[in-house]
Parts: sequence; C-alpha cells; structure tokens
Amino acid sequence: MTLLSVRDLNVTFGTPEGDVRAVQGVSFDIEPGETVAIVGESGSGKSVTANSLLRLNFGADVRISGEILLEGRDVLTMTEDEVRSVRGSDMAMIFQDPLTALNPFYTVGRQIGEAYAIHHPGATKKELREIALNSLEKVGIPEPLKRVDQYPHEFSGGMRQRIVIAMALVNNPKILIADEPTTALDVTVQAQILELIAEMQAQHGSAVILITHDLGVVAEITERVMVMYAGRVVESASVENTFAVPTHPYTRGLLKSVKSLDTARHERLEPIPGTPPSLIKLPSGCPFHPRCAFADSLGGRCSSEAPELRIVGSSRSACHLPDERLLGLMGGAS
Amino acid sequence: MNTDLVLEARGLRKYFPTGASKMLQRPTDVVQAVDEVSFGLRRGTTLAIVGESGCGKSTLGRLLARLIEPTAGSVLLDGKDITKASSRELLALRRDIQVVFQDPYACLNPRHSIGQSIGTPIRIQKTLSRADEKARVRELMALVGLNPEHYNRFPHEFSGGQRQRAGIARALALQPKVIIADEPVSALDVSIQAQILNLMEDLQSSMGLSYVFIAHDLSVVRHIADQVAVMYLGKIVEIGDPTAVYERSAHPYTKALLSAVPVADPKGAGERKRIVLSGDVPSPVNPPSGCRFRTRCPKAEARCAAEEPLLIEREAGHQVACHFPL
Amino acid sequence: MFAVVLLLIVSAFTFWIFSALPSDPAALTCGKNCRPEVIEANRERLGYDKPLVEQYGAYMKGIFAGRTYGEEGASVHCPAPSLGYSYDRHECVTSLIASTLPVTASIALGAFVLWMAIGVGLGTLAALKRGRWQDRLATGFSVVGVSFPTFFLGLMFIMIFVIWTGILPFPRYTGITENPVDWFMALILPWFVLALISAATYVRMTRNGILEVMNEEFVRLGIAKGLPRKRLIVTYVMRAALVPIVTIAGLDFAFLLGGALVTESIFNLPGLGKLTLAAVVNSDLPILVATTMVAAVFIVIANAVVDVLYGYLDPRVRVK
Repeated sequence: MTLLSVRDLNVTFGTPEGDVRAVQGVSFDIEPGETVAIVGESGSGKSVTANSLLRLNFGADVRISGEILLEGRDVLTMTEDEVRSVRGSDMAMIFQDPLTALNPFYTVGRQIGEAYAIHHPGATKKELREIALNSLEKVGIPEPLKRVDQYPHEFSGGMRQRIVIAMALVNNPKILIADEPTTALDVTVQAQILELIAEMQAQHGSAVILITHDLGVVAEITERVMVMYAGRVVESASVENTFAVPTHPYTRGLLKSVKSLDTARHERLEPIPGTPPSLIKLPSGCPFHPRCAFADSLGGRCSSEAPELRIVGSSRSACHLPDERLLGLMGGAS
Repeated sequence: MNTDLVLEARGLRKYFPTGASKMLQRPTDVVQAVDEVSFGLRRGTTLAIVGESGCGKSTLGRLLARLIEPTAGSVLLDGKDITKASSRELLALRRDIQVVFQDPYACLNPRHSIGQSIGTPIRIQKTLSRADEKARVRELMALVGLNPEHYNRFPHEFSGGQRQRAGIARALALQPKVIIADEPVSALDVSIQAQILNLMEDLQSSMGLSYVFIAHDLSVVRHIADQVAVMYLGKIVEIGDPTAVYERSAHPYTKALLSAVPVADPKGAGERKRIVLSGDVPSPVNPPSGCRFRTRCPKAEARCAAEEPLLIEREAGHQVACHFPL
Repeated sequence: MFAVVLLLIVSAFTFWIFSALPSDPAALTCGKNCRPEVIEANRERLGYDKPLVEQYGAYMKGIFAGRTYGEEGASVHCPAPSLGYSYDRHECVTSLIASTLPVTASIALGAFVLWMAIGVGLGTLAALKRGRWQDRLATGFSVVGVSFPTFFLGLMFIMIFVIWTGILPFPRYTGITENPVDWFMALILPWFVLALISAATYVRMTRNGILEVMNEEFVRLGIAKGLPRKRLIVTYVMRAALVPIVTIAGLDFAFLLGGALVTESIFNLPGLGKLTLAAVVNSDLPILVATTMVAAVFIVIANAVVDVLYGYLDPRVRVK
C-alpha cells in the first residue's frame, strides 16, 4: 500500500487583507523508503504543505480540505489524540533553524528522551537515558556521556541539527519530513547533515520528504522532485529528469537562474522576470503566466484556464504547452 | 601590487574583548575576529570574500567601510589612510565608500518613504538642493529597476528584491567609488538573486564601480568576482582569481569548501568526491596555534602547530597560506 | 560585591539629600516659638553643625556599633544597628522600624501571593483563550485595574465590604502570632486593593509573554513530537514565559516591602508606610532617612537575588 497519499490538499488562511490561498489542489504519493524533494521559493506553499501532513498549521482562521492518507488513515479527519500519536512516531519533522528548534530550558538528553517517552509511556528513566545516549552516538556527537546533560546553547549549529535529527528518528518514523534542514547552516556543515540524513534513512528505511529552495541540495540526495509555485505543484519528476529535461517553464527558469560553480565570470544569468505573486490576489488561470516567456504563444489560454498536472514524457507537468514543446524546453545549451 | 588600487587593506586586525567582565576588571577573553588581513582591490573590479560563519568576513566589511575601528592596521582609499581620518575628513570619505547590507527587511526605515530613504545620504552630505535631490532619487530608482512613481511608498509595500534594489540605489546616491556588499543576495529567493546580481554587474560596468562582495555562497561568488579571498577564523587562507582558486585550489580548506557545495546536477553530484571536514569550527576566542585550520585539516603535521603559514605566491595572482599547499 | 558598593552609595546619597532639605531638625526639636540661640545650641548638641561627611561617618558607625544621642544626663543609647533617633517621638528609629516592618511584610506577602495568583492565572487564561470572551474579560480587567488609584479602590472597598454590607470588620491590625484569624480578616481588604492593581499589569505581562513563547520554534517542535497539550503548556510554554515574570515580581515585592504608604494609611495599618508618612508630616528627618534607606536596601538585595535566580531559571544565562 502506498505509504502516504495526499489528495487535493487545499489550505487557506483568512487574514484581514483577504484569504491567503497557500496550497491549492496538491496531490502526491510517497512510497516507503523514497526520498522526495518539494522545491519552491518563498510563497510556493511547500512549507505549508509539509506542516499540513502533521496538522501543524496554526492560526486564527485556517481552512484545510482534501485528504492526507497515511497508510490508509486520513490525518485530516483524525481526532486530536490520534494525530498526536502520529506526530513524532509515524511521521517526524525536522525544522529549519536548529538554534531555535530546541527547548533552551532542558538538557539535550531529556529532550531526546522525551521524544521517546511520549510514545512509550512505560519507559523508565534509565531506559530513556540509554536511548538518548545511543541516539547521540548514532548521529555522531562526540563524547555523548558528557554531552547528554548539556543544554542546547552549549552546542554549535551543526551539532544542534544533529540532535534534532536524533530526536526525530528516535521512534523509527516511517516518514521523515525535513523542512529546509540545511538552510541555516554553513556549507561544510550542510554537507555533513545531508550525508547524515541519507545515512539515517538507509539505516531506518524511512521515507524522506525534503523541503528546500536549494536545487543543489535536491540533486544531492533525492530521487524524485516536486516543484511548487504559488501553492500548486507545477512539475513532478525524477531528479534526473527534473534537471536534464524539465517540463515546466518555471523549472526551466529556476535552473537557468541558478548560478553554479561552473558559471563563468560575466556569463549572464537568466533570471525569471517579475516577482512571485501575492497569494491573496492570485493571477487568473495559470499562476505563473505573468512571468512566463511562453504565455503569449497560446492565445490567452494561460490567463483564463489553470492547467492540471498531466503526464508529459516520464514526468508530470501542469502547463498548457504541448508535450513536444515541453520536452524540448531546455533546447540548445543545458 | 602595481595596478591601480582603489581600496587597500594593510595588516588589518580587529579584536573584540569578550567574556565576563567584572567591574573595573579587564574582560578575560578576546575574540580575534580579523587577524592580519591585507589585500588590494583594483579599480572597477569585484573582490569577493568568502567564508563560513565566524570567519570574520562581516567584521572585515565593516572595517573597510570604517563602521568600526580596527585594533591595528590601516585601510587606504585611493592611497589615503582612512583609518586615521578626522571626523570631517570622514564625512567626505563616506561619499566614496558605501555599504549594501544583507537583510532588505531591516535596513530601510519603515517610517520613511522609499524616496526619503534613498535620498538620505544626499541630505546628510548636503550635496544637492531639495528639488534636485528628488530628481536624483527618481533617476536612481529608474536605474535600479524601481518605478520612480513609487517615490512616496513605504518599504512594507515592496518585496524583498525591490527593497534590496532600494538599498543599492541608496548606496549609489553619492556616486561612490567602492561599494561594500555584505551578503546582498543571501536573503532573497533564487530567481530574484539572479536579477540583483545582473543589476549589480550592469551598474559596475556603466559606473565604473568597485565592489567588495562578501558572501558565503561560493556559486554566487564564482559568477561575479574578479578576485576571490577565502577566509577562515579571521585570516585569509587563499586569494587569487576565481579560475585559479576554484579549479586549482591550493588550500585544503578551499578544496573542502568547494567540495561541500551542493551541485545542481544529479549526475555530477554522484561523481564528485566530497571532502568532509571533521568537527566544528573552533572558537575564535582561542584559535589554534600556528595554522588555524590544522585541527580539521586532513594534511596537518607538526609544523602546522608550531608555525603560522604566511601568504605565499603560488602562481601569478594566486596566493595561499599553507605549509603544504595542494 | 557590587551590591555592597551600591548600598554604600545609596545610603550616602539619601543622607546627603535629606541634609539638603530646607527643614531644620534642630529647630524642630525645640518646638514652636524658639529663640535662635536655643536652635543654635540644639544644633550643636545634636551634632548637626559638624561637616556632612563627619555626620555621615557617625551615622554609619552607629549602624554597626550603636550610638548615643543627646548629652550626658539626657542621653539615650540606641543599640546597634542604630538607624537614628527620632526626637519627635523620643524613640530609637530602629525599634520603630522593627515594630512596623512585620505589618508591612504581612501586607506585602499576602498581596504578592494574591496578585501573582490572579495576574498569572488570568493572564494564562487570556493567552490560551486568545480572542475569546475570557481573553477580553481578562484584558478588560487589566486595563481597568491599572486605572484605579489605590486610595479610591481602598475607600470603595471599605464602603462596600465594611460599611454597606458589613461582611468584613473594619481592619484593625493584629499580629499573626496573637490571633491568626483576626490577622487574616484585617488584611484581606488591603491585600485585595494592592493585588488588584498589581495583578492588572501582570495579567498583561503574562498574556503577552505566553503568546510570544507560543510562537517560538521549540514550542512548535514540541507539538510536532506529539506532546499532549497540557504538558506542552506547562513544561514548554509556562517554563519559558514565567522566567522574566518571576524576576520582575521579585523586584515588585521588594518595592512593596518599603511600605505601601497609601494603603496603610487608608486602612490604618501601622506599617513602614504609615510611619514614613507620619514622619513626612512631622518633618521627622531621622525616620525619613532611615526608612528611605531601608526601602533602598530591600531593592538592592532583591536585585541581587533576582540576578542569581535568573541564572538558575535560564540555563543560557548561567556563567560557566
């Protein structure tokens, strides 16, 4: 059975300025052990989607509709208690900023132990301590005996992120959701953490949903990619196809505007013109059409009709352009 | 260096006292944020300073703009030592060196209109009349890609990318010679980063600007720099033109740094061998003796602990500070 | 260390300020219709003609060694710690303070417990039920509570509870050791008066503090771990939010120990505040100097305690 199946997820926040349609009609599947990346810039809805999986979207006026089926059970219709038992055990989350994610008032050992104790109420203090020590060792924290009784502020950013990962994995979750896990870290530490996530995944067999805006990170450890823009999934493909044969103008635009180590001096970058749209006043039809180089070629269809995700080659794309054009988007230099 | 240097740093040091300080007692620890940094910026070019957090690059940026005073060393602008300048001279100097900061959300006064913010340097320096100032600001706005009609709008009405453009416009207001850009695109979305980088390059060629570009993102730097300096714990460990530094890296840290950058190419990612550095960056309060990188260096030997390596020329225009360069 | 120096500075400053006041203690001891020579003689007798530094020195010495006031034949010895001698009342100031302090302490303690309970309790309720009627009620209360002057509230309470409805007897202070019940009954009204006013501020502080903490990432992570709501509120949210509140409360308590002047006067409670007020009216300088210094001492001590407490409560602040 498919491990996770999201069907037609819609998340809207009511604000004084109007309704923010953060996620619209998002659907996707995750198989056990898979690594999937959700890529997008700010306002794309990727974080809101991730938060919805654990029902972590808080606010005065939040409206969610759709289905999130975890092994057949719909997270969105579960009771509070049922959701709580899912959080941290079936699905666990890693946050972006390790400096603020840990509770500064309790020791690291206690926090790891807590993650376990919540879902195993009978555990003794000794057991919890053992588990905390093991976790620290597994994620490569040196001198675990000394470190387990220290407070988060006594660790560096990279180590704190390791602790957060340790906490997330302590109950052997089926899905690990990593929300921009390396954005706040230095490049060399970033590399360490990505390797750690890949290692842990291999050990535990969990699926990983990686939320990021960094295409480099995506290429490192994921197998499948979903590109989001203005609350919708615009492309879904294998990681090789995403980079070599993108089938959506936005993905193509992203790839072209990303400077790489190979971009030579004075080689002009090709940014996507314009700015991401406001989620309150979304453009009609396809949300990307105001910035799309190809929007004019379809005689107004792009501004009146929002494209559905459909199969193009071996990927899926939400674009009105015909298949042949989409498959040849990167045409010429790549 | 015998080429035309618009900005030069000589032996710059900045130490910050830290640690608990009781009344009437000296603070016990010293953070050696910048230690003996020297380099030259050729007119009309971009020098990029890269490093990870805690390497001192931001402090260096502030020293260059004389926002903080160096503990030792000097900064020369067109040959004149600005670290010794009087406060009156400094006012004039500020016209020549301007700064663009990282956070577009924090560096514009939310209570001033965009037009007012951009015009602030002009007002402070009293170089133009009010009417002329407005005209000049509108000119600048158009130059950076903002709509001059939005003169009276407030920062919160603009996006991050637009605010950063405003910050650049403000920096250009007095027609400076040098702009110190401290991570100017780090806080922006990827697609916007490209826009801003293009803008900065265009301005450089049309106005003859020189940039000191501080960044932690190596791929940004590769694209925009004429010279790259890699910093680690307050020292420059390697400096040279980008091709040399990136393709013929001589310092183990540079090599590790480059190998750690995630590559936006799944095929390339698998092939590349990554050098993973062990441990964390040591504290800048009591840096390791000798070569500061030795505690994480895969090639460290006894000499590295005893003797601090100096910058030695490896090939023309490429220097490295290492006893055993690659 | 620093605290001791601060105490010295505070005492010197108080001493100097009072000596710079226009009222002349020498003239006061003489009563009305004094002849200048008598005043002069008094001044000499009492030592007010000596240089200020010397006076201060003698005063400080008195604190440690006791001091004799007046001259042979008509002298009084106040044992250490001697904070002065009230010529008006013919008593050692220290014993005056010693007898009034328990009253003020009782008031302060009870009010403290009450205002923390109400303030933190209502504030928490307001934060958790944000936007709903409990929140509006609590916030409204805090706005209203701050607006009432102490004397108004005090007089209102007396009107309502003592005169109109007769639920409570008119407050007359009895020591706790004498009769706990009477002690309690007498203090209920003053406690509520002080507490309601202070609670108002704490309601708002607690509410804001909790709301701020709830937005922190680590709270979100706690939820993501599956923590039950109640445990989350107590161990994550409250633990973080209360730290600054507790430390401020300590300072407020110390302030109250210096004497709640208005409240004590309204309810006729013989505490430090009333003593001070009477001294002001009678221009009884020695008492004023002493009570001011005592109040300052409380605050300095509280500051030091609060510093230590903060380090204990917040691991990030601890010095290695």
